[in-house]
Amino acid sequence: MRFAVLQFGGSNCDHDAYHVVHDVCGVDCDLIWYKEGITREYDAVILPGGFSYGDYLRAGAIATRTPVMQDVLRHADAGRLVLGICNGAQIGAESGLIPGVFTTNAYPKFICEWVHLRVENATSPFTSQYRMGEVIRIPIAHKEGRYVVPPGVGRQLLDEGRVAFRFCNEEGECTPESNPNGSALNITGVLGDKGNVLVMMPHPERAAEQILGSADGRRLFASMISHIENQ
Amino acid sequence: MSFTAKITISLKEGMLDPEARAIRHALSNLGFETESLSAARVFFITMDVPGAGDARKKAEEMCERLLANPVIHSYEIEVQG
Repeated sequence: MRFAVLQFGGSNCDHDAYHVVHDVCGVDCDLIWYKEGITREYDAVILPGGFSYGDYLRAGAIATRTPVMQDVLRHADAGRLVLGICNGAQIGAESGLIPGVFTTNAYPKFICEWVHLRVENATSPFTSQYRMGEVIRIPIAHKEGRYVVPPGVGRQLLDEGRVAFRFCNEEGECTPESNPNGSALNITGVLGDKGNVLVMMPHPERAAEQILGSADGRRLFASMISHIENQ
Repeated sequence: MSFTAKITISLKEGMLDPEARAIRHALSNLGFETESLSAARVFFITMDVPGAGDARKKAEEMCERLLANPVIHSYEIEVQG
């Protein structure tokens, strides 16, 4: 089993993702500079957080148009796993891996804080180690994380089981007060139509060890590893 | 021939624009009362193409493929000779 973490100019959570996969989970992992392209098969590709290209034009817009993203789309088309975190989520949305877009927070400032997420799908390759409806604690750190979809699409994603995570309060209620950035229906983790892609604004790699305040994010990586092992 | 496309990218009608709201608030702090405020982004792109129609077509393709995100944006193109 081997993971890859892509690095664009301005990625800054690449080493965090690598650390969790390689050091915490004990899985082989390559850091790949985007200009090198993906030159071998990987079981999972991670698009890490950061500020690729300084968020010019729109967050993720420029990275999406680099040739390596064609490799990522081919990897996803083959049914292998893609995880987009934060800036990686913005790139995933810009690439059409999921519908909608992540844009400026409803209150337009950078938010860096711990949030609660409700697990809305506990059977996907990314969430099988969680319980349906479980409330987990993971941080967010973004200014352009408000999920916007055309009318009706948010509800449709929920109905189709394509929402992995929604912002909620400690009791697991998805209220306006527990929605830090104004995302549609509190949605902040979305699965691709085949279930092998997950994009999410919160940072599971920053909550994968108890010493950091929460190990809830580790089970996301453990879910991916278990999915790959069982294939 | 050289043509310049002026491309204006705006948020679609009804889309929340938090930055415009903040700017309007700042104007209000300066004593300017306004009924509404919207912001847009303008690109001027010069191309060497046979005619104005070609410049418009290319500009449209640029909008569809990069400059605008169809989920939230609309765009207008003016071609100047």
